[in-house]
Amino acid sequence: MHPTVIVVGNGMVGYKFCEKLVAKSTAFNIIVFGEEPRRAYDRVHLSEYFAGKTADDLSMSTTQWYTDNHINLYLDDPIVEIDTTNQQVHSQKGHVLSYDYVVLATGSSAFVPDIPGIEKKGVFVYRTIEDLEKMKAYAQHAKCGAVMGGGLLGLEAAKALLDLGIATTHVVEFAPRLMPRQIDDAGSAILQAKLSELGLQIHLNKSTSSILGNDAIEGLQFNNNTVLPIDMLVISAGIRPRDELAKLAGLQIGTRGGVVVNEKLQTSNPNIFAIGECALANSTIYGLVAPGYEMAEVVAANLCGANKVFAGFDMSTKLKLIGVDVASFGDAFADQAHTRTIVFEDTHKGIYKRLNVSADGKHLLGGILIGDAEAYNMLLQTVNNQLVLPPNPEELILGSRGAATSNGSGVMSLPNDALICSCEAVTKETICNAVTDQQITTIDGMKKCTKAGTGCGGCVPLVKDLITGTMKANGQYVKNVVCEHFNYARQELFDLIKYHKLTTYNEVLDNYGSGDGCEVCKPVVASLLASLWNDLILKQPAIQDSNDRFLANIQKGGTYSVVPRIPGGEITPDKLIVIGQVAKKYHLYTKITGGQRIDLFGAHLNDLPAIWEQLIEAGFESGHAYGKSLRTVKSCVGSTWCRFGLHDSVSFAIEVEDRYKGLRSPHKLKGGVSGCIRECAEAQSKDFGIIATEKGWNLYICGNGGSKPQHAQLLASDIDSATCIKYLDRFLMFYIKTADPLTRTATWLNKMEGGMAYLKNVIINDSLGIAAELEAAMENHVNTYECEWKAAVNNPEMRKQFQHFVNAPAQKDPTVVFEPMRNQIKAQAW
Amino acid sequence: MENTSTNWFLACATTDVPENSGVCVQYGNEQIAIFNFSRRNEWFATQNLCPHKQQMALSRGMLGSAGEACEPKVACPFHKKTFSLRTGECLSGDECAIKTYPIKVENEQVFISV
Repeated sequence: MHPTVIVVGNGMVGYKFCEKLVAKSTAFNIIVFGEEPRRAYDRVHLSEYFAGKTADDLSMSTTQWYTDNHINLYLDDPIVEIDTTNQQVHSQKGHVLSYDYVVLATGSSAFVPDIPGIEKKGVFVYRTIEDLEKMKAYAQHAKCGAVMGGGLLGLEAAKALLDLGIATTHVVEFAPRLMPRQIDDAGSAILQAKLSELGLQIHLNKSTSSILGNDAIEGLQFNNNTVLPIDMLVISAGIRPRDELAKLAGLQIGTRGGVVVNEKLQTSNPNIFAIGECALANSTIYGLVAPGYEMAEVVAANLCGANKVFAGFDMSTKLKLIGVDVASFGDAFADQAHTRTIVFEDTHKGIYKRLNVSADGKHLLGGILIGDAEAYNMLLQTVNNQLVLPPNPEELILGSRGAATSNGSGVMSLPNDALICSCEAVTKETICNAVTDQQITTIDGMKKCTKAGTGCGGCVPLVKDLITGTMKANGQYVKNVVCEHFNYARQELFDLIKYHKLTTYNEVLDNYGSGDGCEVCKPVVASLLASLWNDLILKQPAIQDSNDRFLANIQKGGTYSVVPRIPGGEITPDKLIVIGQVAKKYHLYTKITGGQRIDLFGAHLNDLPAIWEQLIEAGFESGHAYGKSLRTVKSCVGSTWCRFGLHDSVSFAIEVEDRYKGLRSPHKLKGGVSGCIRECAEAQSKDFGIIATEKGWNLYICGNGGSKPQHAQLLASDIDSATCIKYLDRFLMFYIKTADPLTRTATWLNKMEGGMAYLKNVIINDSLGIAAELEAAMENHVNTYECEWKAAVNNPEMRKQFQHFVNAPAQKDPTVVFEPMRNQIKAQAW
Repeated sequence: MENTSTNWFLACATTDVPENSGVCVQYGNEQIAIFNFSRRNEWFATQNLCPHKQQMALSRGMLGSAGEACEPKVACPFHKKTFSLRTGECLSGDECAIKTYPIKVENEQVFISV
């Protein structure tokens, strides 16, 4: 008979306990009771529910997982009594089950202060998905909200209010600073300034005396008799351990709450354990998930016969609060008398860094990082492993951010038992051994093999550095190869294909690869073949990436979007009318894109050729929105109309877009041309940007919008149009020849040794002697350009590929469903 | 061709399926993806639905092989989840698997057992 373990509570820690126990042993009969109606979900990322994640996205497992591991899960059925005499639990729905062990993982609830009026409508706590759903419903009618509590959870809740579209959001904190448990006054001031910029109104030193309003909340009254009018309030004033069940069972409870446990997490009854936020270990409630996971590990291991203890936990944290990095590690508030502090403050950029160093200057004790927490992982390791500091420890936070100081050597100097992933308790040694003994060389492989990086993900950069560092230490040649089928970098394949004049994927694979290829190397080779020979990509449809394969962008639900080229954003009324007619005829959702074009969504695969036939008839060409290739060259209206314009930016944008249209590259390419320094075309955020000057054009390159915006850098000033085109030819072809797959120009430049100075030398001074070759390659592209949609609709064999059912060619995919929205359609959510 | 066992369904002609890629066939209310992995001289059939986001898309995916054993696979065009064409197992570390169907080619016609 297997011993029965009953887990009370199905939160993150309760779930993690089950995961750890089944991983160690199959000798237990595990039964879980949860109070909430759904399976354990990721409470740490709760605010993402408002940012668009669904309850399913947040879920930590599937129903199948419980079935597969033979765990009985009772949801929506809290345990109401533990009968320690008969070793039985009683659930609310009347289940009575005997146990050998009970693991209490009841978590905590929000602490709600006893303020008059707290029961009014519009007052919420922020704890469960149900709480969030209630907030969401109420927020539709709220204009002004507040969060009581400026701690970590309070600021998360404030983010939730912002995401809910509450126009004015206040944060009210009793203490004189934000996050009083993690950061100091100076750090709080910087954080406050940053958050104010993002639209939060922060009130410190405020004690609320009552909640105003009749039935629903109308405002907060403070002790100093001021009033803050609001119509919604979220309480986030701390947590309270859920210890009522334990108390009822006669277990020992701390004076301020929490189930008292020993170092093995045993309660005063040796068969009952408590883990997570309901447990009072070392006289502390550990209000973070990582120590909860460690407790789960200790109990699971001990049930399986190990002898592990819970020896406290590092409460260091790093998180992004409403887009601002905040980190606090080790002893963040070290007593000034016995320590030295190094402080860096930049109120302009909103950065604050503090290091606490031991009196002898040898060790780092702890610190605080606001606004830029990139150094967090390494600093935390320095504290935890008592690494001896360099003579100038300020370099740890100020250090030149250049490539000269390699992070790789830093991680390799850590001791073997350094804890790299604290969520899953993975040490440096485990990671390095996986590289050496099991040849794990990718992050995905490491996640599968060791689980490192699968929790909060914060350690992933460290894990990557360790993988690379270990490989180098083992004498392995670290090369950025394309995938398992090609032991070559993209640039090497480029040269091989070029010099051996290979024209098909199969030739390339047969000569230089192994296996049958995959979804990584096929598009890479397809892109190289297109860049080099500019042949029609649909002649080799099977190697094209999802969107190139059907010359359209696949969208939710399996329909496609259609983007005709509108060079420079200039379009005649007649052409606009045709777009409208096409959209109406095929019931397409219509939207203006960021690149001055029009995107038509919801096209069935079967309709694409007919749609394009009509567009081509009207003079349109493919916009290549589906390709890693030139998208648009955005322009302002320029000197033909604008009273400030210096040159005709539209004409030049059209010339440039027509020149590079269809050019296949490692990633997408965007350009812009502005007619004066006001820069209305936002050209400096593009891969290449051209700005008119009194004397000619300024050419900027390697800018980027998107997730990591970066301004383009000046390549040449006051050049004429012909020189500008010449430099662009060289620049684009050099990028196509040398960049790694899926690397935008900005990242390519950032990784380039010698940076902009080197690139300038190659493009302008022809330092490599390849300028003529690059220009000839571009000339070949321009001369061989052909609209691939025109070719496709005129070729019956290619047209045939645009069918959903091969055995019912006229029939469209019956599973495609649209929903109405603002007089148009939208795809069904997934 | 004398064996016309009732559960073999004539899906399409071999020439209907481009080399090293897939097509979708309708069978009642079901959608089945057929793959002509000509590089390996093999044919495969699976469900067309990608279980990751419930999209009818696998027939439009890219073919390839994984690992030393050269496991044949297809990558969904939506998020590049990959599945073994032989067993249906998800090779991207997820728990979802896909259904596979026996397939045979006779006289340049493709049959699926349903």
